[in-house]
Amino acid sequence: MNQLKNFTKGLVRENPILVLVLGTCPTLATTSSALNGLGMGLATTFVLVGSNIFIALLANVIPDKVRIPSFIVVIATFVTIVDLVMQAYVPSLYATLGIFIPLIVVNCIVLGRAEAFACKNSVLSSAIDGIGMGFGFTLALGVLGTIRELLGTGSVFGHKFIEGDGILIFILAPGAFIAFGYLMAVVNKIKKA
Amino acid sequence: MAKIESSLKNMVLSLTLISLVASAALGFANDLTKKPIEDQKNAKNTSAIKQVVPEFNNNPAAEMFMLTTEEGDSLEIFPAKNGEQIVGYAVKSFTNKGFSGFISMMVGFKPDGTIVNINILEQKETPGLGSKMTEPGFKDQFKDKNPGSFKLKVIKDDGEVQAITAATISSRAFCDGVQRAYSTLKKGGLI
Amino acid sequence: MEYILLIISAIFVNNVVLAQFLGICPFLGVSNKVQTALGMAGAVTFVIVLATMVTYIIHVYVLIPLHIEFMQTITFILVIAALVQMVEIILKKISQPLYQALGIFLPLITTNCAVLGVSILVIQKHYTLIQGVVYGGATALGFGLALVILAGIREQLELANIPKGMQGVPILLITAGILAMAFMGFAGLV
Repeated sequence: MNQLKNFTKGLVRENPILVLVLGTCPTLATTSSALNGLGMGLATTFVLVGSNIFIALLANVIPDKVRIPSFIVVIATFVTIVDLVMQAYVPSLYATLGIFIPLIVVNCIVLGRAEAFACKNSVLSSAIDGIGMGFGFTLALGVLGTIRELLGTGSVFGHKFIEGDGILIFILAPGAFIAFGYLMAVVNKIKKA
Repeated sequence: MAKIESSLKNMVLSLTLISLVASAALGFANDLTKKPIEDQKNAKNTSAIKQVVPEFNNNPAAEMFMLTTEEGDSLEIFPAKNGEQIVGYAVKSFTNKGFSGFISMMVGFKPDGTIVNINILEQKETPGLGSKMTEPGFKDQFKDKNPGSFKLKVIKDDGEVQAITAATISSRAFCDGVQRAYSTLKKGGLI
Repeated sequence: MEYILLIISAIFVNNVVLAQFLGICPFLGVSNKVQTALGMAGAVTFVIVLATMVTYIIHVYVLIPLHIEFMQTITFILVIAALVQMVEIILKKISQPLYQALGIFLPLITTNCAVLGVSILVIQKHYTLIQGVVYGGATALGFGLALVILAGIREQLELANIPKGMQGVPILLITAGILAMAFMGFAGLV
């Protein structure tokens, strides 16, 4: 598959959240603001690219029966690295994303790409697949985060656009489900068009 | 996919090897990030301390010591000094009774036990409700009060604290945290 | 008394799916029939309770004394993966039909963020072992509750006329949102 197609599939045609519907937990939990959504997306992208590369590298030396535990160890290693680095250099984002940073290890996108792509393709293709999927994920999180922050607080990235308090429910739990639901409905409509 | 057969020896070998390399990589990463993480923690503590005690010219974070609470936990106490004289104590207290659980706070006292100010460090209370505990509108009522005479409970519980509307649980938790700080200082004989 | 509060809070007030956003994938994926939802809930409960116990013990007696808390993510997830394998083997032996019905979702319990999430939360909330296990069990019950409610609603939804764009995941999400709103009403309980 040509590498450009490889990269762009993760952005739109096979967008992990909006099309494949994977990684829904962090999507709902970390999109209460645009910044949080983006931060989560980028952290996940780092793990995705790193684990895709290493799994592609090691694919031929991992016996088939232990491939899932091996993938998990590789992924968990990258997740811990991201966790430590964020704790050291972006503590407030780290505190806001909280438990969802270690939970990247069970993000179905990461294990899913490892199993479906990285262990069967070259290192370069796997890396690009990781970048594409990661960016697609980040894009969707950013969009949802922006929508929720704008409706819920009237600001985006902290800059107030609409005066007043906003529709508080959008930054609370129900709002996450509802906003995500409508976003997916729009995507579905566009897909069918 | 794999060109290596799944014999027991191969499986154990590859898993062990990968785990060893992973652990080594993580140990390395941990060493690299240990100091920055420690620095972040200290900077966060110091900036919180600055907001809750009178002006000082020592390094409270460096002179931190621990005291035990009545329940057996330990709290970090940061003495604020002007020269050799203690101008206040910042206590890193907590409560588990928040609506969403754990709340961490820095409570500043004068040497006579009067509250100077309170800074919420960590909370996950409901936005717009319990989260208002971080706002002066709620916090300021604690300034200059001495828990020795001021009843640190919400009015509903026969106390003197004006709770946040529709956020009684969060308000109660806040009081619990401040009370813990005061009791610990008292137990340690400092106030 | 304290345990009752813990349980009520974990099941209703801070429901793991509807308030904490953990366990969404199986929530959306396995809730099409009440029967399967119950089976999944049972399996998840078993795994969570065991996982909470084992991860707690490892954290307190291995990670902390050796000062390797940063190994938490790796060790916890490997423990969970092993436990899920065990559950698969046991289920295959004692209940073939349930094993078949759960299908791919059984090994996917490993990636259920609720399991790893609860294990980490127990440590973060400074619970004791018993509190942690009670919290884990109650959380799993909350998961089961949310799952079964959604399954019940889904069985009804099949008879409704849903606009094309909303079919599938979107309508489920909106339903979940309304459920989440309802559960927010439990806030005054504790």
